Amino acid sequence: MEQEYIITAFSENSIGLLNRITIIFTRRQVNIESLTVSQSSIQGVHKFTIVIKNTLEKVEKVTKQIEKLVEVLKAFYHTNDEIIQQELALYKVPTDALMKSNEIENLVRNSGARILEITPDYTVIEKTGYKTETQDLFLKLDAYGVTQFTRSGTVAVTKNPKELLTQYLKEIEKIK
Amino acid sequence: METMTKEKKETISPVTKHITGSEALLLSLIEEGVDVIFGYPGGAIMPVYDALYHYEEKIRHILVRHEQGAAHAAQGYARASGKVGVALVTSGPGATNLITGIADAMIDSTPLVCISGQVGAPLLGTDAFQETDVIGISMPVTKWNVQVTRAEDIPAAIAKAFYIARTGRPGPVLVDITKDAQFAKFDFSYTKCESIRSYVPVPKVDIEKVKEAAVIINNAKKPYALIGQGVILGGAEKELIAFLEKTGIPAAWTLLGASAMRTDHPLNMGMLGMHGNYGPNVKTNECDVLIAIGMRFDDRVTGDVKRYAKQAKIIHLEIDPAEIDKIVNTTVPVLGDTKESLALLSEFVNPGKHQAWVNEFKKCAEIEYEKVIQNDLYPEKEGLSMGEVIRRINEKTGCDAILVTDVGQHQMVAARYFKFNQTRSAITSGGLGTMGFGLPASIGAKIGAPEREVVCVCGDGGLQMTIQELGTIFQSEVAVKIVVLNNNFLGMVRQWQQLFFDKRYSSTPLINPDFIAIAKAYSIAGQKVSSRNDLDGAIETMINHKGPYMLEVKVEQEDNVFPMVAAGSSVSEIRLE
Repeated sequence: MEQEYIITAFSENSIGLLNRITIIFTRRQVNIESLTVSQSSIQGVHKFTIVIKNTLEKVEKVTKQIEKLVEVLKAFYHTNDEIIQQELALYKVPTDALMKSNEIENLVRNSGARILEITPDYTVIEKTGYKTETQDLFLKLDAYGVTQFTRSGTVAVTKNPKELLTQYLKEIEKIK
Repeated sequence: METMTKEKKETISPVTKHITGSEALLLSLIEEGVDVIFGYPGGAIMPVYDALYHYEEKIRHILVRHEQGAAHAAQGYARASGKVGVALVTSGPGATNLITGIADAMIDSTPLVCISGQVGAPLLGTDAFQETDVIGISMPVTKWNVQVTRAEDIPAAIAKAFYIARTGRPGPVLVDITKDAQFAKFDFSYTKCESIRSYVPVPKVDIEKVKEAAVIINNAKKPYALIGQGVILGGAEKELIAFLEKTGIPAAWTLLGASAMRTDHPLNMGMLGMHGNYGPNVKTNECDVLIAIGMRFDDRVTGDVKRYAKQAKIIHLEIDPAEIDKIVNTTVPVLGDTKESLALLSEFVNPGKHQAWVNEFKKCAEIEYEKVIQNDLYPEKEGLSMGEVIRRINEKTGCDAILVTDVGQHQMVAARYFKFNQTRSAITSGGLGTMGFGLPASIGAKIGAPEREVVCVCGDGGLQMTIQELGTIFQSEVAVKIVVLNNNFLGMVRQWQQLFFDKRYSSTPLINPDFIAIAKAYSIAGQKVSSRNDLDGAIETMINHKGPYMLEVKVEQEDNVFPMVAAGSSVSEIRLE
């Protein structure tokens, strides 16, 4: 059965690794829903957060292939209920629309969004949340004419009290 | 304390002042124990070739005739010697010509270090002359690759490359070095790579899994072992025999597992796969425990995987965690190097005998002999069979030769009938099925194992894909024995056309040149044989000949290779005719 999975991979910071990772998906005809790469909490270690919709079997195999890469320290996969995840979305609306009534302001307040910048021409609103929430706000704001909209990939932390990689790094240190 | 310091001294070489990146590359190769490389010069690698001019006594360079030949020769060298094969090429077309060989080495787990020249760093990404993104191109077919743009980074890149290529599940790596880095000077010292934080080459054997596996094996009525190249790569041949002899378990081997155990061992039941032996295929679906040792359940081995060994508990001894449950769901996975895991498993299994079960395989072998083998090895019809040529090679070489094959019918026939007395004696393109592999791979094999007889069996089709390497054999005086089994067809494709495409022989008949005349043009001795009476004498002449030799045998044009597990069929539906 297909469902959404979040793969997190920790790696050394090396040129071309992103390419090596995406090749694993491309070769197996697996579409990437979202992808975020950034420095992790550990110095020199990068974190990939990859969202895909697929079967458990495929996700397991893909995760093993990622972990097999020489420069990947460790890769994990999670279902949505095993992690806490958020996306960030930015919306640009004409400032006129904001000024005409308090409807946009109410939308912002009620959805836990915030206004980042107001210029005479446009206003930028920011919202973090689940994709369904950022999408919901987009549909509501679009009634007033959203001129630009962008959303980030998913970022996630596990419900585990500690970073999984920190434990792993300690383990390999112990072996040495 | 003293030993620790000593080890350190051995791994770090003294500083050599102010040398070029090119010289540093060669010194790095020497540090890694390289004494032969296969390559082809060109613009972006010229500084390295210039440095090589001064190191010819330490590093033998084999000049191939096409870079694909360099990759395959390096593969043949690695497979015969157990060392890392090295290929050296220029940028652009030089590098892209390597790709087929690299892909072949990747799928067959062959340790290679490929070094390519690259345009100067300031020209990267400018579509400069002979610039190609070889890092991008080779990414899906290398275990690891890296581009080096600074001379001082060369030693560490080479150290890492060799470490990655040879450890764990071996594979090809590529190091791309820009021309300016080859020219630049720095103070060289070499430190061998001994570990990489993010890379676990050999997973630790979990003793609990070994015990679980042993319990299953001890309770098995019809256990059956499948031998893959992992046994050879792990150097676990003795451990394998100890395990099999203690338990009395019959074994069969994959194409790449050929020669891991002697052909005449009483527990060697033969070859697996599409054109493997009858018993090894049908018994897969009758055994109660399947012990897969260093093999990866290739589709040519499993046939229809939905109907593959469903009745059996499956134990998988494997070094690569990504292979576990990739194709076949495992009951007990035992991760680790086969040398270690097999030895541990042997400790926990009970001594046993499975003679009745082994006899079932023997019954199958008798059926196969009557229906297939007899006609292959001792044909009564006039035309020569590929099988009888192989039989005579066995007789004349005493089964001690290294067999190198190309890809096609002759490959399957050779794998089925060639007899092996020792390990690392079968060199063939398994996973990728690269036609043109044989001739250059045999060059590397002979250089990697000069004391051994190397017989390259190829077809008339595959030979012509890399026939220019006869020039390499000539120039470098490589004493390989080339046996061309000529049926004037792309035989395996023709066989499929006959069986599955109503004999529409689309683009498979070949009009061939005079192969012996071509060999002669390269001063390679040879002869053509088309009658049975001349065959024994011709093979003897070939074996006794000191230098390289080409024997062309005109074989029956439309012979088919059987048994055969047709595509989509189950292993139990193997056809004998």
